Amino acid sequence: MLRLPAFEHLRAESVRDAAGMLADHGGTARLLAGGTDLLAKMKRRQVMPDALVGIGHLAPLREVRVAPSGAAELGAAVTLAEALADRRLAADQPGYLEAVGVVSSPALRNAGTIGGNLCVDTRCNYNDMTEEWRHAVGYCLKTGCGERCQVAASSPRCWAIFSSDTAPMAIALGATVVVWGAEGERELPLGTLYADDGKAHLQLGPAEILTALRLPARRGWRVAYEKLRRRSAVDFPLAGAAVALELDGDVVAACRLVLGAVASHPVELHDVAQALTGRRLDDEAIEEAATAGARLAKPLDNSDLNYVWRKRMVKVILERALRRAAGADRGRLR
Amino acid sequence: MRPPPPWAGRRLGTEPGDGDALSDGFQVVGKALPRLDALGKVTGATRYADDLSWPGTLACVLLRSPHPHARIVAVDTAAAAATKGVVAVLTGADLPVRYGAIATSQDEAALASDKVRYVGEPVVAVAAVDEVTAREATKKIAVDYEVLAPVSSIEQALLAPADEPIHEGTKGNIHRLAALEFGDVDEGFAVADVVREDVFFYEGSNHLAMEEHSATAIFADGQLTLWSSTQAPHNLHRVLAKVLDLPMTRVRVVATPHGGGFGGKVDPAAHEVVVSKLAVLTGRPVKCTLSREEVFYNHRGRHPALMWVRTGAARDGQITAMHFRVALDGGALASLGAATTYYTGALQPATYDIPAYRFEACRVFTNKAPCGPKRGHGTPQPRFALEIHLDKLAEDLGMDPVALRRCNYVRPQSRTVNWLRITSCGIEEVTEKVLAASGFATRSRRVGHGQGFAVSAYLCGAGFPMYPSQLPHSEVGLKVDRGGVTVFCGATDIGQGSDTVLATVVAEELGLDRADVRVVTADTGLTPVDLGSYSSRVTFMAGNAAIDAARKIRTLLLEEAARTSGLLAHELRVGDGRFGPLSFEQAVEAAEERHGALSASGSYAPPPGISGEFRGSAVGPGPAYTYSAAVVDLDADPTTGEVLVHKVWVAHDIGRLLNPVLVRGQMDGNVYMALAEALMESQTYRKDLLHHPSVLEYKTPLATDMPAIEHLYVETIDPEGPYGAKEVGQGPFLPVVPAVVSAIHDALGVWVDEVPVTPEKILRALDARDRGALGRAGPKRFPAVPFPPCIKVEPPHAATARV
Amino acid sequence: MVRLRLNGEDHETLARSGETLLEILRERLGLTGTKHGCEVGECGACTVLVDGAPRLSCLVLPEQLADAEVTTVEGLADGAVLHPLQTSFMRLGASQCGYCTSGMLLSAKALLDEHPDPSNAEIREALAGNVCRCTGYAAIVDAVADAAETLRDAP
Ligand SMILES: Cc1cc2nc3c(=O)[nH]c(=O)nc-3n(C[C@H](O)[C@H](O)[C@H](O)COP(=O)(O)OP(=O)(O)OC[C@H]3O[C@@H](n4cnc5c(N)ncnc54)[C@H](O)[C@@H]3O)c2cc1C
Ligand code: FES
Ligand code: FES
Repeated sequence: MLRLPAFEHLRAESVRDAAGMLADHGGTARLLAGGTDLLAKMKRRQVMPDALVGIGHLAPLREVRVAPSGAAELGAAVTLAEALADRRLAADQPGYLEAVGVVSSPALRNAGTIGGNLCVDTRCNYNDMTEEWRHAVGYCLKTGCGERCQVAASSPRCWAIFSSDTAPMAIALGATVVVWGAEGERELPLGTLYADDGKAHLQLGPAEILTALRLPARRGWRVAYEKLRRRSAVDFPLAGAAVALELDGDVVAACRLVLGAVASHPVELHDVAQALTGRRLDDEAIEEAATAGARLAKPLDNSDLNYVWRKRMVKVILERALRRAAGADRGRLR
Repeated sequence: MRPPPPWAGRRLGTEPGDGDALSDGFQVVGKALPRLDALGKVTGATRYADDLSWPGTLACVLLRSPHPHARIVAVDTAAAAATKGVVAVLTGADLPVRYGAIATSQDEAALASDKVRYVGEPVVAVAAVDEVTAREATKKIAVDYEVLAPVSSIEQALLAPADEPIHEGTKGNIHRLAALEFGDVDEGFAVADVVREDVFFYEGSNHLAMEEHSATAIFADGQLTLWSSTQAPHNLHRVLAKVLDLPMTRVRVVATPHGGGFGGKVDPAAHEVVVSKLAVLTGRPVKCTLSREEVFYNHRGRHPALMWVRTGAARDGQITAMHFRVALDGGALASLGAATTYYTGALQPATYDIPAYRFEACRVFTNKAPCGPKRGHGTPQPRFALEIHLDKLAEDLGMDPVALRRCNYVRPQSRTVNWLRITSCGIEEVTEKVLAASGFATRSRRVGHGQGFAVSAYLCGAGFPMYPSQLPHSEVGLKVDRGGVTVFCGATDIGQGSDTVLATVVAEELGLDRADVRVVTADTGLTPVDLGSYSSRVTFMAGNAAIDAARKIRTLLLEEAARTSGLLAHELRVGDGRFGPLSFEQAVEAAEERHGALSASGSYAPPPGISGEFRGSAVGPGPAYTYSAAVVDLDADPTTGEVLVHKVWVAHDIGRLLNPVLVRGQMDGNVYMALAEALMESQTYRKDLLHHPSVLEYKTPLATDMPAIEHLYVETIDPEGPYGAKEVGQGPFLPVVPAVVSAIHDALGVWVDEVPVTPEKILRALDARDRGALGRAGPKRFPAVPFPPCIKVEPPHAATARV
Repeated sequence: MVRLRLNGEDHETLARSGETLLEILRERLGLTGTKHGCEVGECGACTVLVDGAPRLSCLVLPEQLADAEVTTVEGLADGAVLHPLQTSFMRLGASQCGYCTSGMLLSAKALLDEHPDPSNAEIREALAGNVCRCTGYAAIVDAVADAAETLRDAP
């Protein structure tokens, strides 16, 4: 049976307390929210923290607030299932909930938190393996002792894949996050939380805590999240396409497009979105946008199925998401 | 000669799914009743192997090879042995005796000593007070390896070895070669109007039983007892006696309730041998439970198979000759591979009347986890190839693919070109049923939607055992006294419900309720020998043995009832707990008074004459064959290559439906596993390491991925099966895989000659067509294999062909 | 020392640092009805209910439970009276090897507690994280629908 390594479990009484505990351990402690990502990785000895700081019970992190405008603030420790069950969110933030709803399985959504999902580690099937397997392959850059990237041998960096389903959608919606650190609280656009580095994809200090996700009011916006995966549940995204746009008649007034699982960070398609803005959202515009967007996806052979196929599918799911947002609902097969 | 069974020749109605209507005249046979062990399973009370515990049990952890191919230069276990809490450390030197699943393939060592042949091969075993201590200690073991060039593919295995062969004493890395010819194949091709050749590939896959293997051994009073989730306790019993050098009388193997087998727990496994040895050495209970990844290393799953088939046919569709070649990637060990090799060629003539048939097969060793038996053992691969090949042949002939098949169907009571004895045969009926139910002939045609049809045959238990012997294949003991009725049988219920079947047949014979029959199975210390749960043999063989035993008791009890009542035995009705005027208990007491304890034994061995007499003839024949047909309805997206299966109709010639609940379960499970292999599952390697050693990455369909399934039954009432029953554990798997591929062709007009059919393969085929090339994805060629000259076997003469 | 509210009773047991709920149930408390097939959240065999909601016990630390009530398969029946899900599973053959059964039953119970009349698709969604290798899920889905009916008909 795969078992956890030994660690100290610390129960924080407040966010400040938790940040203090992280600081005391100088980078060897980790936050434990739902644990669905972290504990599995610890069992495979991908991460071996000395201590875990539990934050799942902290009341301030467990709140969902929805303003009359529809703008929402979700505490980091709200579970995915709780978010899904929230009627106010269903009414005012359907795009975000669509992405939440396609994460893993019911039992995992009962445990997984929205903060944990935004901070979920990058994935690579040369790294999400047991200690024994990684030893056999000769390790890699991500877990320290390896000297080279197993998927791109000559590369100086790690190419593990950004695999959160909710982040691309939240970025497309213009979300910000609130981060607690030694200098107090700061709010930053969600997109800037991420760096293009599979080994260190989060721009968070070792003692910083993501406390809340803020979703701006998006009533009347057209939203869609298309997830490419092999099976209809459980699987991480092989690619994700998030679209949020505002139409003025049939002309795009504002628009954000974000791809997930095609690089080590969520890839925001600024130029493509800009080119769409002011255009009629017709077949031609959608086709052009999807083609241009897919060009920016650079999948590698470190996930499920053939990576050339995955790249080809990026265009398909982006097109589907755009179509759905445009109101022409030609859904996917499943 | 046995007298004809009372049910022989009776052919009852065959309404789909309506078991009760089919079982007139029976008390429990044919009724939709729950399995007898269901309560423990729904309450969590059932104790599977890893649920067992004894005070003071040591935990065993195996250190496994990180190299696919390497020589072991030195092993230093001193630091591990000195670790606090470690009780014993074993290396290959402690277990020098080799063993294997079949008598002729004794190439396994529980722990490698001279070299390692695959990543994950066990090298050192540590027993400690708990698992954490044992695992930590394995990290202190230093193994010095001299790395050798690995062999990663069939093609590579056929070349001269770069360093050295994987096994000593083989020709290169070839494990087995077989070449048989029945009838004059060249002549058959010469007279054909159309000849067609195709190449196919079927990927390997794991059983993925939900229960990870687990075994606990105790050695006390000179007796070794092993509790394990094994499918073949009898074979394991023999292996343990041999490897540990203990008399058979000092070894007892208990097969625990099973969390799924599918063939993955047939072979004796390294951890079973290791814990036994450790128990003998330490005198303490020792347990080893594999992790999911270790289960993938232990493997013994489906062989990857590269296949080439050539068929000649007359204009009217009559097949004139067939030549079938297969190259199997066996992984690092023999396992049951010798049998697998022959299975890949054996059953093609069991569905089609092929007048001349040549079969050449080759199994190679590669530095991968060993392949072995998985549901359908060696037959899903050739069935896929054959059925798709026939679809294509039909296209060449301008014929309807169903019509082509039908004009070549075997007939009941016949003998195939390779000497298989066909008795009951519902191939026509399953075809009829599945076509009617699915509306295949009038299916709607549009791009992206299609249906596919295929048909298949499987055997009801291997006609010959894993080691040469004339002994019965299944033995049953029956004890009847004031205390009740107990059936003893070595058969293992691996979840298919075979214990329930045994209780059912005994209850039927003795006129009792199933709950009145206690079943003790799969314990070599208590139960008579049964060869194990594989090759769909348990219902047929153990079921017949149980009937045999129960009839003896029935006769005794009838005598008593006759004596008491003054009536003749045949005038008495047995049933509802009564033997004529006597209650069952009264009859038993009367008989017990006269004879003392009542016990009877029954046994089953397949009858003589079910096979030919040539080298290789032992694999393939069974005492009966089942027939299955399937139609699959699906959407295949031309833009993405994604496939969505809507519905599967599967018709099965079951012989007789003994219990619709159990049978339905096997039908569903077969369809599921076949869809999984057709569309998802693959045990593949990258950088000589397992690509998907986890439940997440080794994709298998979830509840939301499964289509609707419609079951259709045909009862052919086999003359030798228990009440005419045959098998359902593996047969209905077989037609589903080709039916999926055929349906994809129906939807998109391209052939994917390789399973699993992943979206990118479909797009590759579509792209090829768009470029003006052949709309196909799949292997290009069959490699050059040094097949020996064929053993020529005279086919049965027309006169003997009817049995 | 770990404290648990389990199947309606309070339990206390020793545990090593890093033992998950799965290990505590099986190895400390002898409640082996909860199974394991991967230990990293991928198979669903270890599903239990935490305050009525399915959770994967292989990824739950006792510290995360606080005062929550844990229900395992052993706590599903009411004394000798089986839960309708259990009877439907038995009658319709939804349990073959039975290894996925505990997890299936608990995922299904959570569904029926929330949705007394689920559609076929809703049942499948609720069970999507529970892998079964024997049944093709067909009899399981039927059994859940059957139990839902029994529960709805119950007074
Ligand atoms: C089988 C399986 C399938 C899955 N499928 C999907 C999927 O389809 N899509 C998907 O997106 N995810 C998937 N996941 C991953 C995971 O379950 C989810 O992403 C989940 O939302 C993570 O949340 P958590 O609370 O459990 O995170 P945890 O495991 O508790 O934490 C994850 C990481 O984030 C850090 N962290 C947690 N909270 C904070 C915080 N507030 N501030 C800073 N850092 C924090 C932790 O230290 C840790 O490094 C899957 C996991 C499994 C095991
Ligand atoms: S053991 Fe917990 S999900 Fe598999
Ligand atoms: S019944 Fe065997 S895994 Fe589900």
